[in-house]
Amino acid sequence: MSEKEFDAFTGTQTTGHEWDGIKELDTPMPKWWLWTFYATILFSIGYMIYYPAIPLVEGSTMGISGQTNRAALRQETVAIEEARREIVAGIESKQLDDIRADDHLNRFALAGGASLFKVHCSQCHGSGAQGSPGYPNLNDDDWIWGGDVNAIYTTIKHGVRDESDDDTRFSEMPAFGADEVLESGEIASIAEYVLKISGQEFDAAEATSGEALFVDNCTACHGEDGKGDREQGAPNLADALSLYGADRAKLIAQMNRPKHGVMPAWGTRLTEAGIKQLAIYVHGLGGGEKSAAE
Amino acid sequence: MLDVQTNETEGIQEFDAEAVNSKANRALYESRKKIHPKRASGSFRKLKWWIMAVTLGIYYLTPWLRWSRGADAPDQAVLVDLANRRFYFFFIEIWPHEFFFVAGLLVMAGVGLFLVTSTLGRAWCGYTCPQTVWVDLFLVVERYFEGDRNARIKLDEAPWSGSKIFKRTSKHVVWLLIAVMTGGAWIFYFADAPTLAVDLFTFQAPMVAYTTVLVLTGTTYVFGGLMREQVCTYMCPWPRIQAAMLDEHSLTVTYNDWRGEPRDRHAKRIRKAGKPIGDCVDCNACVAVCPMGIDIRDGQQLECITCALCIDACDSVMSKLGMEKGLIAYTTLKEYGANMQLAGVTEDSEGFGPVPAEAPSAVRSPGGKLVDEVEHVSWNSVIRPRTILYSAIYAAIGLALLWALAVRDTLKVNVLHDRNPLFTILSDGSVRNGYTVKILNMTGTNRSFNLSVDGLPGAMLRLAGSDAAESRQLIVDASADELEPVRVFVRVPKSEIASSRTVFTFETAAIGDEDKTSTEAHFDAPEPENK
Repeated sequence: MSEKEFDAFTGTQTTGHEWDGIKELDTPMPKWWLWTFYATILFSIGYMIYYPAIPLVEGSTMGISGQTNRAALRQETVAIEEARREIVAGIESKQLDDIRADDHLNRFALAGGASLFKVHCSQCHGSGAQGSPGYPNLNDDDWIWGGDVNAIYTTIKHGVRDESDDDTRFSEMPAFGADEVLESGEIASIAEYVLKISGQEFDAAEATSGEALFVDNCTACHGEDGKGDREQGAPNLADALSLYGADRAKLIAQMNRPKHGVMPAWGTRLTEAGIKQLAIYVHGLGGGEKSAAE
Repeated sequence: MLDVQTNETEGIQEFDAEAVNSKANRALYESRKKIHPKRASGSFRKLKWWIMAVTLGIYYLTPWLRWSRGADAPDQAVLVDLANRRFYFFFIEIWPHEFFFVAGLLVMAGVGLFLVTSTLGRAWCGYTCPQTVWVDLFLVVERYFEGDRNARIKLDEAPWSGSKIFKRTSKHVVWLLIAVMTGGAWIFYFADAPTLAVDLFTFQAPMVAYTTVLVLTGTTYVFGGLMREQVCTYMCPWPRIQAAMLDEHSLTVTYNDWRGEPRDRHAKRIRKAGKPIGDCVDCNACVAVCPMGIDIRDGQQLECITCALCIDACDSVMSKLGMEKGLIAYTTLKEYGANMQLAGVTEDSEGFGPVPAEAPSAVRSPGGKLVDEVEHVSWNSVIRPRTILYSAIYAAIGLALLWALAVRDTLKVNVLHDRNPLFTILSDGSVRNGYTVKILNMTGTNRSFNLSVDGLPGAMLRLAGSDAAESRQLIVDASADELEPVRVFVRVPKSEIASSRTVFTFETAAIGDEDKTSTEAHFDAPEPENK
């Protein structure tokens, strides 16, 4: 701006800018506004001295506070753990059924178990614990190793067929086909019988001969009525659910060369309180059974 | 710039007052020039005292009002309970999902401001805005310790002395006390006031309470004591917004130059000499009382908050002179324009031209009275389509909110269906779905509810985590004023499942009163086999 121009109506100096005949007035700014602006600059300098601010090739200047988000998070985590110490100790020392009876502990266990489940269990069992072929659905009431809260706890702690744990749940079904214990025709007959007792369509003649073979070969583990035996980890064959599938082909395949799923023993990886919370959470998914009276 | 009062021949005080924000005194950056408003007296000043007493009274005392809501709910009449997400206002209680009440009130406040602005101009700014009220209060304190305008100007120019230090210190201490009380009163709206008051003085209150008090003390002291008119002129958006809402029928504080001009300090002498002269004796009383530091005789301007104190000042001068009041008055642009034309002022696109010297004889009869053609403010400026429309919108929203309040539910149930898994097949072939049923017991008493399902044959219910047997209905307890979430399992036998999705309702009925509600939900199942 070379020459000062003043607006005739207001007497205020203009900026010299004009749009469609409207001139922009250069109304004076209040001094305090200017000082506020300088104050924000001063604040930013103080901020840069106090907090990590200037990026370097590796990392940044740390500032005199040495503040890092990681340290802040650690501090918060420690504070939360400190606040939970008492309740976690309660869960650790009490019996599972007593925890379930205590509303406060039970709520904590359900929430904590849900979170642990998402981290450690959902990879196999699914985020909703709905399972998939070979990985049990934990929402239903079909339990191979028992569905009361203590049985669930033992399964989680020691795992299934985990060789690193001496107390692991272990069962093995003979390979009736691969080891040539039974002829393929015999296996097909047994499959018809299993279809019959699990309420599916079946061939009556085959099933009758299958029944005799079943009594000879299968009842030792699966029981005379085919309802399984949880002591041995033998699944119930007479219900609507099965781990590896219950159609004709899948039954035959399982008798030929059985699949044996493995679940890790969590006793060495999770805390006692964590396993208890998981057991209570899984038990609460809907299929949990009452603990047997002592 | 000492304010010399010269006792003129007519017994009218004259002020050597210069308008701080007058047209001529502007630079690129400007320091704030201190304004020393003189105390005005008159009907508007009286009205403002009353409004100040009422608004401050409401602000400071409301949190201490009690209102019984039963043993399980707070007994504070007005309470914003942020921790529990409740808002209490006497007999009204609002839950977060009823926030539309607050939204409605905000819309009403907005429309109310439109209505007030289009009729009364910036009445909000001049009378009820907290900034105006607190500045008024701070001025009372300033005047008490330092005296009125002239004494304050003298004190400013006086060298530092014991008495000056005492006056200044006392003023700032009292200002700070008021500021602390202002900040202190605010936090009582968010917690039980008597409890918090005790906690506050025994240093047991939460940190956020002290921080809030500190911040509001700071803003009250700085805005009310130090910045004053700067807040209105530079920080507040409202003056700019209002400019768009005023029209030619809106009341504004106006200097009626059609009867005031040409002004002269020696008006009486000139009039005696038989020459035409305006009513304004240029005594500057209107400038001296102005808290915004403007000269209203410059015309309508952004800074004017229409506090009307210049009307009081001018009216008292006009009375002493034996002239009609209203040289400065609430006027609409329409009447003002008509009177300007009467006075022979020409109007073009730039606005009104200068008032001609012979104007006084055009608006006054030879007897000295204002001629009948002079237009005065009438009710027509208030009642017109625009304001009727604003009033109608205002009333419609208000009535809708009142209606909503009258039919407000005291029981609400939300049902969330589990998404993962959608359904679970059980070993006997039956299908189970899981739901989170949220029961909102919006009353002040603990209640129990019967929960059952309708439209789902064979359904059996069970609470998650409970070892109890399944049943046709469940009993759920919900505490007063609480949301009670329960996990419910619904199982349907295989034989009853007709489709992969069945719509049904959860029926919730309070035990002991008539409250009940039904909530739609759906039941998922695998596609049934064709038989």
